Amino acid sequence: MKLDRRGFIGAGVATAATLSAPMVIGAGHGKPRVVVIGGGAGGATAARYIAKDSAGAIDVTLIEPTRTYYTCFFSNLYIGGFRDFASIGHSYGTLAAEYGINVIHDWAIGVDRDAKSVTLAGGSKVLYDSLVISPGIDFIEGSVPGWDITSQNAMPHAYKAGSQTQLLKAQVEAMPAGGTFAMVAPPNPYRCPPGPYERVSMVAHLMKKINPTGKILILDPKAKFSKQGLFEEGWGKHYGGMIDRIDPDFGGANIEVRPDTMEVVIDGEVEKVDVCNVIPAQKAGRIVEIAGVIDGNWAPVHAADMRSKLDDNIYVLGDSSAQGDMPKSGFSANSQAKVCAMAVRGSLTGSAIFPARFSNTCWSLIDTNDGIKVGASYEATDAKIAKTSGFVSQTGEDDALRQQTYEESVGWYAGISADIFG
Amino acid sequence: MPVHAQADVEEGAKLFRRCFSCHMLGVNAFNRTGPHLNDLFGRAAGSVEGFQYSDDMNRAAAGGLIWDVDNLDAFIENPKNLISRTKMRFNGIANPKDRANLMAYLRQFSDNPSNIPEADPTLQARDPDIDPDILAIKGDPEYGAYLSGECVTCHQTGGGDDGIPSIVGWTQLDFVTALQAYKSEHRNHPLMQLMAKRLSNEEIAALAAYFETVER
Repeated sequence: MKLDRRGFIGAGVATAATLSAPMVIGAGHGKPRVVVIGGGAGGATAARYIAKDSAGAIDVTLIEPTRTYYTCFFSNLYIGGFRDFASIGHSYGTLAAEYGINVIHDWAIGVDRDAKSVTLAGGSKVLYDSLVISPGIDFIEGSVPGWDITSQNAMPHAYKAGSQTQLLKAQVEAMPAGGTFAMVAPPNPYRCPPGPYERVSMVAHLMKKINPTGKILILDPKAKFSKQGLFEEGWGKHYGGMIDRIDPDFGGANIEVRPDTMEVVIDGEVEKVDVCNVIPAQKAGRIVEIAGVIDGNWAPVHAADMRSKLDDNIYVLGDSSAQGDMPKSGFSANSQAKVCAMAVRGSLTGSAIFPARFSNTCWSLIDTNDGIKVGASYEATDAKIAKTSGFVSQTGEDDALRQQTYEESVGWYAGISADIFG
Repeated sequence: MPVHAQADVEEGAKLFRRCFSCHMLGVNAFNRTGPHLNDLFGRAAGSVEGFQYSDDMNRAAAGGLIWDVDNLDAFIENPKNLISRTKMRFNGIANPKDRANLMAYLRQFSDNPSNIPEADPTLQARDPDIDPDILAIKGDPEYGAYLSGECVTCHQTGGGDDGIPSIVGWTQLDFVTALQAYKSEHRNHPLMQLMAKRLSNEEIAALAAYFETVER
């Protein structure tokens, strides 16, 4: 018999109807419970879609320590002066009030996979049937010699948005005339591949206004980076001579920093800088490691539903996951969350499960009205999430198209914010 | 083949009666409900001074749309196929011969028509028609609701349309027409082409069925 999609859905519902009732009773509680750790683009989207589409049939708890979440995406635009800080902050009020999600502002510090419970820093335990973990990134200790988390005031990372972003901007604004802004760029893989280079663009935009003789130095352990041709074209056009990048051939991979004296050591040569943005090497958020669903630095997941390869009751989304070809981005996390939400609902309530589909687009701003983008679509294969096709902005595009691309990114920000936070 | 060899200007003048309540031509032409159509051929879309175009026309203009014979032909055939939310309230002209005649007439009011390369013929074979079988597909709104997750990352369900158009509350015909036009690269937005190309005709119908039900 040829199984069409309609038949497939029907079959899914019937199977679940026979299975789900005993499962729930056996678990000893009324409704299936989903706990989501992390209220960013992955976690908040998953919580919202599960709550919205199950219409009360699933109990959803979201654990996120901050009351106001500042998005990493568009935080560079705050540094450049294109957004005010409040505009990249989001609260969880709508998710709690309109979607009935139990939002707990606390840190998850433990996961008991046998008891299926999450321990909070406050001491209580939260039980789950399915656990979704989406904590973003943490930094690999020692990846930039001389830097650790206690150095983050002297040399901010600003790679988790919030007070770090404000601090970095304030430091750029306080630089002496003709001073040097240094960025230690991260090695692959890391959150938001074009992010460091958009940041350089936004710092240059700010400096052009307030400190036009200042210099920007990128210390880069990578030979190549995302949208390189587009960024370099834009830097030449808008910020001629201000930005220098030292790649691995010239010592960009052999860096030490000295936060006490505001020095960077490049391949043995000591350089005095005024601001130093250190973006260390990255790994999955710590709770992924605590839960024991990590392999190396990241959490391996099945491409079809983002389920952990190490625990059938746990799903890992976004930056923390090792899923295949998708870049670590808010857009990717949001896309993965919707596939995951459908799968979680399907497994707990027997709702329809459609084939996974993923997409991502990253917009970057180089200067006023000079926006660029790169995007791709992906599908789930047995081995990984695999790229199917993509596109990227071209060098030499005219001003109108670049402005349109920027305006599109503003529309996207409004769209994805509403999709994540309600 | 050159347009004048194929087309009948007088027939075109008759057809223009369907246009002239909104569009003026000739020495005293000014903008009315629609922009004047002097020097239309080779003109950049959305470029007549003093005329307030739709957001979608401005967006197409920013994307580099030029009124060459091919684009005009597509627009006259079905305005919404090319510019989904154009202000032009005109259902289009299905007959290619009629369109050729109308364009031959309009061309009298553009500079030196012989400058338009003959490699850009009016009557070339092209495929802007959407197969009635595709339009007849009944979409599954439940499936469309799932698929819409990919759309609403950018297009706001609340109906906001800053920078990215709103897509809620469209008729199914408009929705299918727009997505099929991206799928066939009739419209040239690379991201939308990417999205549309991997949607089957059934999936496009499902999305159309779903989005028609979403209220602003």
